[in-house]
Amino acid sequence: MGNKKTKEEGTNRRKFIKLGLISSITAVAGPSLFSNLTAQEENPVSENKNNDFVEKMRLLTPDGKIVEVDATNINKYPEAHITPKESRKGIPNRKFVMVIDLAKCKNARNCVEECQKAHQLDYNEEFMKIQLMQDNEEASPYWFPKPCFHCDEPPCVTVCPTGATFKRDDNIVLVDADRCIGCKFCVTSCPYSARIFNWGNKDKFDNTTIPYSPETSIPATEGTIMKCDFCPDLLRQGLLPHCAKSCPMGVIYFGDKNEDIVTNGEETIRFSKLIKERGGYRHLEHLGTKPNVYYLPAVNRQFPLERGFDVDEDIIKRYKNVDYVKELKEQGKI
Amino acid sequence: MDITKRKRELVKEFSPMLEKTSLLSILWIAALIAIIIVGLYAFYLQFINGHKVTGMRDNVVWGIYIINFIFFVGISYSGAFITGILHFFKTQWKHSIARIIKIITVLSLIVGPIFILLCIGRLDRLHYLFIYPRIQSPITWDIIAIMTDLIGCFIYLYLTFIPDFAILRDTTDLKVPKWQKKIYKILAIGYQDTTSQRLRLHKITQIMSVMIIAMAIVAYTVLAWIFSLTLQPGWNSTIFAPYFIIAGLYSGVGVIIISMYIIRKAYKLEKYIKKIHFIGAGIILLVISLLFGYFTFSEYFSKWFSHKTNDQELLDTLFSRYFWEFILANYVGVLVPIIILFFKKLRTIKSITFAAVIAVLGLWLNRYLIVIPTLETPYIPIQDTRPEFIFYTATWIEYALSFAGIAAFLLLFTLIMKFVPIIPMSGIIDQERDEEKGNKNKTEEVQ
Repeated sequence: MGNKKTKEEGTNRRKFIKLGLISSITAVAGPSLFSNLTAQEENPVSENKNNDFVEKMRLLTPDGKIVEVDATNINKYPEAHITPKESRKGIPNRKFVMVIDLAKCKNARNCVEECQKAHQLDYNEEFMKIQLMQDNEEASPYWFPKPCFHCDEPPCVTVCPTGATFKRDDNIVLVDADRCIGCKFCVTSCPYSARIFNWGNKDKFDNTTIPYSPETSIPATEGTIMKCDFCPDLLRQGLLPHCAKSCPMGVIYFGDKNEDIVTNGEETIRFSKLIKERGGYRHLEHLGTKPNVYYLPAVNRQFPLERGFDVDEDIIKRYKNVDYVKELKEQGKI
Repeated sequence: MDITKRKRELVKEFSPMLEKTSLLSILWIAALIAIIIVGLYAFYLQFINGHKVTGMRDNVVWGIYIINFIFFVGISYSGAFITGILHFFKTQWKHSIARIIKIITVLSLIVGPIFILLCIGRLDRLHYLFIYPRIQSPITWDIIAIMTDLIGCFIYLYLTFIPDFAILRDTTDLKVPKWQKKIYKILAIGYQDTTSQRLRLHKITQIMSVMIIAMAIVAYTVLAWIFSLTLQPGWNSTIFAPYFIIAGLYSGVGVIIISMYIIRKAYKLEKYIKKIHFIGAGIILLVISLLFGYFTFSEYFSKWFSHKTNDQELLDTLFSRYFWEFILANYVGVLVPIIILFFKKLRTIKSITFAAVIAVLGLWLNRYLIVIPTLETPYIPIQDTRPEFIFYTATWIEYALSFAGIAAFLLLFTLIMKFVPIIPMSGIIDQERDEEKGNKNKTEEVQ
């Protein structure tokens, strides 16, 4: 095997130059925390079973390793369009997690707005919702950003009758709007109210200039489900999801459980250490859905809660049923 | 007993039902068609504009469509259950009402699933259920169970129709259009009422009567699981399947009593549908209403006693926003029928029918309270400013389609009654034959 490789290298000079070019492209596109080679997900052995001859190419990865991949996969640069079928496979060797530091959140809503912009959502459609939570009457209220939890035991995936929503190897739960029949069973089975239904047609759905991909969730389709997708299109490029990237307080950490690393764009920390030292927990753990979004409790706050009321009147009205807000109203502070 | 002569007599007795169409019945059919047309228009609007024309939104994603679905499938299931039991135990007085029950069973199983289709956002992709089936989804189980049940009930209904088709085919002086006679001939599939044919038919019907009981229980259990297998506070309950089974029987027996009353009045069938039928059905309704009340009480009592946060929120909603609905559904809807049916003096045909009406309405409301308030109190509190996203109110489109469903049920019922006598003639002959045999045996014993 090794002999064969060197022989090929020696004899095919033109191929060698091409290889060098491609590897330099890869090196430019992928120098990041989540550098990836989408081509790796194809299994050469199974490919060979179907095809008699598959041309192989050797590439230099950013960390200096030479890997052999199928030539047919070579043009899948990270920005490539991922079809619904391709999106069913996860990004190889990744287990994505999110950690949300409740001590830092002040309801700045940048995560919500950036997410809405990127996913072409309307004002009231939010993949990331910010709730005002008060666990009991004595407890101090806190801002609670809530994306989809991308559970390891996702009830939505279990109940889907067509496999339109699926769980990938990289922990992400996605919705394929081309497959969804709109039965809404997943909405009723999700205990975290993470899902949004497209109740009517909108002009933005008819945009045919962008090809649909479950990884970008755009353009959406009438009569189907959509939800937070952890932005796999950005992850493939080695970038953070829109919410994590846009948060001015660095509330949202995102990373890979396999590498045991999470980052909020400013600091990069060990995931396990963060969870252990800061008392990380998962919301409604007792339901057994095993979320992949962890929360750090709102202790030693960096901002007073009231800073979060510096938003639209309409947004403040959402929180009128929270005990604390009722109290504030009684005191005439709002 | 001359069987041929008796058959002719019976056909003569029932032929006005098939031959004549009174002005009143034309008006009745026209009214039903008008309601269905309004429903079709509502459906057109929903199909064109999407589900935003309904009152359903992101929290309450299922509205009265799914309630109607549970309701109709429940009626069907209980019809199958009761007719199966009546047949299996060879109940003497079953003949005059068995056909009514069977028609209710099949028709409600046709109308019910239409409502689940209305819940689906992309009807154009319905075939995906078969192209990309996923067997672990309770919806897939439900599709399999309901389709099996529908086919089973249809076969069963048809089996009991065959001897009557044969009688109608053999009656030459029946004044019906030619095509109708032709259909009788085809549908009778060469049944000549010979002893061997009769025995075979009885055997098949007997087997089917047991099978549809099982199929109906499976179908309704799976339907209950659609709710109880989710994690929602008001739904995730172990007693949901048996609770639904009892609730289905409750509404089913109610609908049977109501239709017995209407048919008896409309066709003047006092000779066949007697007070004993009402009393019998009334006592069944009494037993089931006790069971239903017991299940309802256990379900809410355990929630109230253990008062987990989310259960407590649900109960708070039920006892504030839905206070009167809760009283009507779970107090009036259970206690009034119990009181009426418990005292012998109160058991008249009219009062039993009244109790049945209360039971049916109460049960529909009970289903509403199971579906809607649960969806309005999710684990993560709804923090929204749009009222339609916080609370559910059905729109006229949903009501129009609901009434269209009921109208379709009634219309199909009316049309079937125009086609085949509602009282099974073959059943009456069988009964008389049995009685004769019984008498003969008795006289032999005496001798």
